[in-house]
Amino acid sequence: MIPLSYFLILSALLFSISVAGIFLNRKNMIILLMCIELMLLSVNLNFIAFSHYSGDIAGQIFVFFILTVAAAEAAIGLAILITVFRNRRTINVEELDEMKG
Amino acid sequence: METLYLAIPLSALIGSIIAGLFGSIIGRKGAHAITLLGVGISCVLSFIVLKYVAIDGNTFYGDVYTWAQVGDTKFSIGFMIDKLTSMMMVVVTFVSLMVHIYTIGYMADDKHNWPKESRGGDNSYQRFFSYISLFTFSMLMLVMSNNFMQLFFGWEAVGLVSYLLIGFWSTRDTAIFANMKAFLVNRVGDFGFLLGIAAIWTYTGSVDYKEVFERLPAIQHITMNILPNMEWMLVSVISISLFIGAMGKSAQVPLHVWLPDSMEGPTPISALIHAATMVTAGIFMVTRMSPIFELSDTALNFVLVIGATTAFFMGLVGIVQNDIKRVVAYSTLSQLGYMTVALGASAYSAGVFHLMTHAFFKALLFLAAGSVIIAMHHEQDIRKMGGLKKYLPITYWTSLIGSLALIGFPFFSGFFSKDLIIEAVHASTLPGATYAYWMVLLGVFVTAFYSFRLFFLVFHGEERMDEETKSHLHEPAKVVTWPLIALAIPAVLSGYFVNPMVLGDFFEGVIHVDEVHPAIETLKHHYHGAWDLLTHAIFTPAFWLAMSGLFSAWFIYMKKPSIAQFSYDKFRFVHTILDKKYFADEFNMAVFAGGALALGKSLWAAGDRFLIDGLMVNGTAKVTGWFSSIARHIQTGYLYHYAFSIILGVLAIMTWLLYGAKYV
Amino acid sequence: MTFELFIFYLFSAVTLFSAVAVVTVRNPIYSALFLILAFFSSAAIWVLLEAEFLGVVLVLVYVGAVMVLFLFVIMMLDIQIDTLKEGFIRYLPVGILVAVAVATEMILVMKSDAFKVDIPDAAPLSVNNTEALGEVLYTEYVFPFEVASVILVVAIIAAIVLTLRRRSGVKKQDPSKQVRTRSEDRVRLVKMKAEKRS
Repeated sequence: MIPLSYFLILSALLFSISVAGIFLNRKNMIILLMCIELMLLSVNLNFIAFSHYSGDIAGQIFVFFILTVAAAEAAIGLAILITVFRNRRTINVEELDEMKG
Repeated sequence: METLYLAIPLSALIGSIIAGLFGSIIGRKGAHAITLLGVGISCVLSFIVLKYVAIDGNTFYGDVYTWAQVGDTKFSIGFMIDKLTSMMMVVVTFVSLMVHIYTIGYMADDKHNWPKESRGGDNSYQRFFSYISLFTFSMLMLVMSNNFMQLFFGWEAVGLVSYLLIGFWSTRDTAIFANMKAFLVNRVGDFGFLLGIAAIWTYTGSVDYKEVFERLPAIQHITMNILPNMEWMLVSVISISLFIGAMGKSAQVPLHVWLPDSMEGPTPISALIHAATMVTAGIFMVTRMSPIFELSDTALNFVLVIGATTAFFMGLVGIVQNDIKRVVAYSTLSQLGYMTVALGASAYSAGVFHLMTHAFFKALLFLAAGSVIIAMHHEQDIRKMGGLKKYLPITYWTSLIGSLALIGFPFFSGFFSKDLIIEAVHASTLPGATYAYWMVLLGVFVTAFYSFRLFFLVFHGEERMDEETKSHLHEPAKVVTWPLIALAIPAVLSGYFVNPMVLGDFFEGVIHVDEVHPAIETLKHHYHGAWDLLTHAIFTPAFWLAMSGLFSAWFIYMKKPSIAQFSYDKFRFVHTILDKKYFADEFNMAVFAGGALALGKSLWAAGDRFLIDGLMVNGTAKVTGWFSSIARHIQTGYLYHYAFSIILGVLAIMTWLLYGAKYV
Repeated sequence: MTFELFIFYLFSAVTLFSAVAVVTVRNPIYSALFLILAFFSSAAIWVLLEAEFLGVVLVLVYVGAVMVLFLFVIMMLDIQIDTLKEGFIRYLPVGILVAVAVATEMILVMKSDAFKVDIPDAAPLSVNNTEALGEVLYTEYVFPFEVASVILVVAIIAAIVLTLRRRSGVKKQDPSKQVRTRSEDRVRLVKMKAEKRS
């Protein structure tokens, strides 16, 4: 059997990669959204690992709902992206600084 | 009987309220009728009470209404009716009634005293009556009270009504200045008064007279630290604080400055308030507090010296005044000094006796002055009068009676009261008694001099008024002259009550005198009644001084006016000092008023503008602005920066949870 | 090295590699495709964990719908590819530092004693994953289930409203206006005298 910690380490690595991706990516907002999906993926993996190792099905139920919400969020996020693009003609994150203090 | 006691102040109050609130509806006749009725009832009832108390020997002490209970102390409205109270009530209501009647004539054409455009003159007649009735109510509450709180209420109320009345002609700048001055100077006195009451409450735990007097022996020997290394007897502190209140109200030096200015008000109130009643509240209060004052020789000495100073030096100022009311005002100041001196010599009954006689003859003098003013069409300068005897006979004779009473001419009331005071001071053993004796004695000369200077310049001699005024000169209406006659009677006769009032046991049980203060006992020993005093009159220096004062006035102002002119030219310096009232007003304006203004300005500039507006209000705004100008760099507007900061936060929390939690 | 472990290593390597690729490649289309690859291998790992229903759902929903949506949007927007990767190298050190820090901390947590779980005996499940999920989903968790459907409706409405463009000149009906009409605005009854036939 594979120890639990292996899965958790994998999930941690995925998470940190997506964190780096958010920070490093300055040009493309779509990549930003994709990194968010990656984060959600890592979290899901975490849940399923725990659910398997504790025998409790509740973890998988939670993943179910996370999937649902993630899909909804991706849809809305892309809709916003499109609206921003229509108004600003760019998805370059560096150029979207109108909320500057 | 209790309802009677309640009815006395309340009927005056009701009259005042009706005239005040409904004055425009009930009209002038209605207003003076209702207030006259109110005060008339009070007067009649006061006489009944006087008979009940003085002759039948009953007293009343009780609470009418409990206002509040704070811990162990009860604050209530109550009455203490004994001989002192009933005497004061009679004096107050009688003089007030006379003034009410007089006012009908004096304020009849008050509309002419207001500027054309102002509407102040519309209902001023009714307003005036309302005020003087309100004053009567306040004064009655003051004298009838049985506790310090009600006393203070009455005290403040009479001060308030005095303010309202001095500034009655509110469109005149001088009147407004005068009423503010009166109120503020009174306030200074009230501050001391409140300190005294607070000390009494703290150390005896009560504000009720009976309880306080009962607990006095317990606090007799307590000392307190005034300043870090000055220890004073508690009773001295209390007495002096209370007396400071009396100084404000009864216009003793240095809180005397408001009384001459108060002549800005109409003459009836000068008679009522600033001669007969309000200014005597201080004397009354000290007499009422005689058990406390007797315990402190320091305080009595203080009272003695202040009174003597006022008596003599204020009299001197009266010599150089040219306004008819000012002369009488300074005379009042001087006589108040006499009463105070009597209090200091522990001759409380003599002081109160002089209070009574003075109320009658001084009110008479003021009302007579008012009559002259009416006749002269509001001309008040005595240099423009003269020879009025033949035009104003009633005024002339009543003024003569009043003046003779004032200087202490034998057979008139003032003689009895004044001579007793002088003798009492002579018999006193306090350190300041010698100074006081000389002051009051010389004051007799001064009093006679200025009184008859006034008398001769107004009623005798050549007629110095212009033709226009002369043609209109006639005795004013009966409503004006009748009170003069009514007041002249007690001005002569009230002196004959000297036994039992001073030389008898009228105030037994009410006024407490310790054996160490022998003044009254000495008097009782030497004189047994009015007749004794009269026969001894020729042997007293006071009599001769009064006569010489009268003679000098006659000589200088009737026979040889050149002497007056000569002394004016040669002693201009002395004249200026007296004319400027020892520069007291200038001093007050410069030091206290100017000082307060300067303090206010500096506080405004430094405290308000710099500190609060600059530092705290604008300063916080500036700091906020500065801080946010630095903090706004965090708001870059870039999404990835924000996400990054989230992650950094997560990192920080994780670190803290992993490693930091151990160290907390 | 059991077969299980080998499968695990294989698929996790693919996942990690494609995750890195998502972040680093230049062309956004390639990023999306790599993300799809990450999802696929992830689904495989899930199947390894006996959550086969969810693995399939992941592929169907996520890859089939969400990633397709992503691709649609990428292709729809007119993106300039060349200018997109300029600042990458400059910030690389900081980014890698932060990522390494996060990963290290998480691994440290997992290495601690709290996570030393006894490997349970593989008790064979009586039902398959789908049935097990179904048993619980419609009984205990029916409320969150309903809420999830509401969320989806909200998402639909939001997405439509955000991107709706009204074109002028197109005739369409406005039901609310239709309901609000009043007969007085449309019909006016007039009384007239009958006219002779001429």
